[in-house]
Amino acid sequence: MTGIVELDDVHKTYRTGTITFEALRGITLSIAEGEYIAITGPSGSGKSTLMNILGCLDVPTDGTYHLGGEDVSRMSEKDLAVVRNKRIGFVFQQFNLLRSMTAQRNVELPLMYAGVGARERHTLAREALERVGLGDRTHHRPGELSGGQQQRACIARALVTNPDIILADEPTGNLDSVSTHDVLTLLHELHDQGRTIVLITHEHDVAMEAQRQVQIYDGLLSEGAHV
Amino acid sequence: MNPLETVRTAFTAVMGRKMRSALTMLGILIGIASVMLTVGLGAGAQKSITDQINKLGSNLLIVTSGANTGLTVNNSSASNRTRFTAPLTLNDATALADKNNCPDVLRVAPVSTTSTTAYVGTTSATTSVVGTTPDWLGVRARTVTTGRFFTTGESSTGSLVAVIGSTTASNLFGTAYPIGKTVTLTGQSFTVIGVLDTVGSTLSGNEDDQIVIPSGTYAQRFSTSTNMNTVTMILLEAKDKDSLSAALQQATTTMYVMHNVTALAPDFSVSSQQALVETIGSLTTILTALLSGIAGISLLVGGIGVMNIMLVSVTERIKEIGLRKALGARPSVIMLQFLVEASMLGLMGGALGIALGFGGGQLLSKAIGYPVIISVAATALALGVSLVIGIVAGVYPAWRAAKLAPIDALRNE
Repeated sequence: MTGIVELDDVHKTYRTGTITFEALRGITLSIAEGEYIAITGPSGSGKSTLMNILGCLDVPTDGTYHLGGEDVSRMSEKDLAVVRNKRIGFVFQQFNLLRSMTAQRNVELPLMYAGVGARERHTLAREALERVGLGDRTHHRPGELSGGQQQRACIARALVTNPDIILADEPTGNLDSVSTHDVLTLLHELHDQGRTIVLITHEHDVAMEAQRQVQIYDGLLSEGAHV
Repeated sequence: MNPLETVRTAFTAVMGRKMRSALTMLGILIGIASVMLTVGLGAGAQKSITDQINKLGSNLLIVTSGANTGLTVNNSSASNRTRFTAPLTLNDATALADKNNCPDVLRVAPVSTTSTTAYVGTTSATTSVVGTTPDWLGVRARTVTTGRFFTTGESSTGSLVAVIGSTTASNLFGTAYPIGKTVTLTGQSFTVIGVLDTVGSTLSGNEDDQIVIPSGTYAQRFSTSTNMNTVTMILLEAKDKDSLSAALQQATTTMYVMHNVTALAPDFSVSSQQALVETIGSLTTILTALLSGIAGISLLVGGIGVMNIMLVSVTERIKEIGLRKALGARPSVIMLQFLVEASMLGLMGGALGIALGFGGGQLLSKAIGYPVIISVAATALALGVSLVIGIVAGVYPAWRAAKLAPIDALRNE
C-alpha cells in the first residue's frame, strides 16, 4: 500500500424502498502522494458518489478505503469528522463560504474545529490567504469578493490545515474564463509544491490540466479521459 | 472548538437575525417579567400587611370579649355562641397586669373606643376617642412628639386631658401649636397635652386620627354600659418574642379565673398578632403562587417560541451545517452550537425580562403606593429559569442539526 489514497473494490449501493441502485460497482484506485489527478464522467456516472467517499462524507457499502494509511471505510461520523478536518481540504463549486464571516474567519473555521489556538489560527489563515493572493482581502466578507476571489478564499480554507489531499469538486463550474484560468494556475502551483490534488470535473479542458486522468462511467473506472 | 468560540459563533448567529431573535426573546421576556412582577407584588403585599400588623406594637396579645374569632386559642363550640358573654373590665386588666398571674406580660393597656365629634371653636372633626392607661404608649410602640402623655394619676382620677394624633391636630388646629389649647368632646372641655408621632394607617384604621384620653375619664364621660369599668379590649405586651406563647397561656388562665369559665366554654379570646401575620402570610403566598403559575404559562409559550425558531433556524442553515461538518465539526460540536444559541436567546430574553420586571415594579409601586419587592434570589431564579427554558427548547432542534448527514446537508440548496 503505497498511495496516499487506496480504494480497493469499493461498492456503493443505495436502497430506496424496494429499489436498489448500485452507484459504484467495484472501484479500485490508487493515488500517489503529490499526484494531480482528474476524475471525469457524465452526470449519473457515480462521480458524485465517488467524490463523497473520497471526501469521507460517506462510507462505502463494500470494499475498503485507506486515506493516508488509515482505514476510513468503516468509521463512525464522529471519527470521519476528524479525518475530514485533518486530511482533506475541500474546494466546492458553490464555494460554501459563510456569508456572515470575513474571509479570514472563514479560513480559520477548520482550524477552529481542530482546536488550534486563536493566535496560531490567525497567523495560519493569513498566510493561506496571502498564498492565494488575497492578502489584502482578509477582512472582506464573501459578498464583497468576486467569484474568482471567493474560490481562492475557498482554496485557502482547503490549504490551511495542510491536508493529505485537496479535493476540488467542479472548482471552475461557477467561474468565468479569466477566473477559471486563475484558479487552474493556482492548483498547478500547489501541485508543483508537492500537494496531492484530486480534481472532479465534467469539462474536458479542465481535466486535461491534470497530470493523470481517470474516467468513471456506470460506476466503473477506466484510465484516460474520454469525455 | 473552545467554549469562547462556541459562544461567539452563537452570538453571531443570534445577531445575524436581529428581528427574529428579538421577537423570539419577547416571549421569554414577557413571561419572566410577569412572573417577577407577580412575585414582587406578592412579597410587597405580604411585607406591607406584616408591617401594618407589627405597627400595632411588637409582641402584642389582644384580649377581646366573646369567643368567636378564628384566631383564638380555644375554638368555641356552636352552643356557646349564643351564651351570655361577660364584658371585659378594668378589673380584668388589673388582674392581667399582676405579675403573679402573668409573669411574662410586660405591660397591659385596657382600651375603650368610640367615635365622636370634636370641636375647637367653630372647627369640628369626627374622630375616634380612645380611653386607656399610660402603658398604652409602650404597648402600641408609640411616642409623643410634642408635649407629654397623661400620667397614671391623671388616668385614675379622670382628668380632662387629651393626647391627639397628628392628623387630628392638623384637622382641628391647622398649623397652630395645639398644646394647652382646648378641645370639646360631648360638651366637656379637654386640655390638649400632647401630640402623637405619625405612623400612618394600620388594619385598625388611621392611627394618626384619634384622641387618647385617660381610662378613668373615658369611663365617666363616654361609657354607655351599665358597668362603667367595661372596656372594648385589653392589649398585652409580652416580655419578648420567645415568651409570647407563655404570656398567651398565662393571660388565658387568668381570664378563666376572672370570668369563672372553663376552656370548654370561654367568653373571651386571646389572640396574638403572630397568628394573624401567619394566616395572612400563608394567604398571600397561596395567591402569589397561583398568579405566578398563570404568568408561568406565558413562559412556557415563550419556550415553545424559542424551540420553533430554532427548528426554523436549523432548516434554514442546513447548508451551513453541512459545510461545518465537511470542515471537521463533530456532531457534538454542532449540537453544542445550537444549544448555546437557544440558551442565549433564553438568557437574553430573561435578562431583558428582569430589567422590565424591575422597571415595571418601580412604576407599579409608585402608581399603587405599595412596595413591589424583587429579591436577588428571585432575580437569580428567573435568570436560571430562562436559561433552562432555552436549553430545553434547544435540545430537539440541536439534536436534529447534529444528526444531519453531511452529504445531504451540503447538497441542499
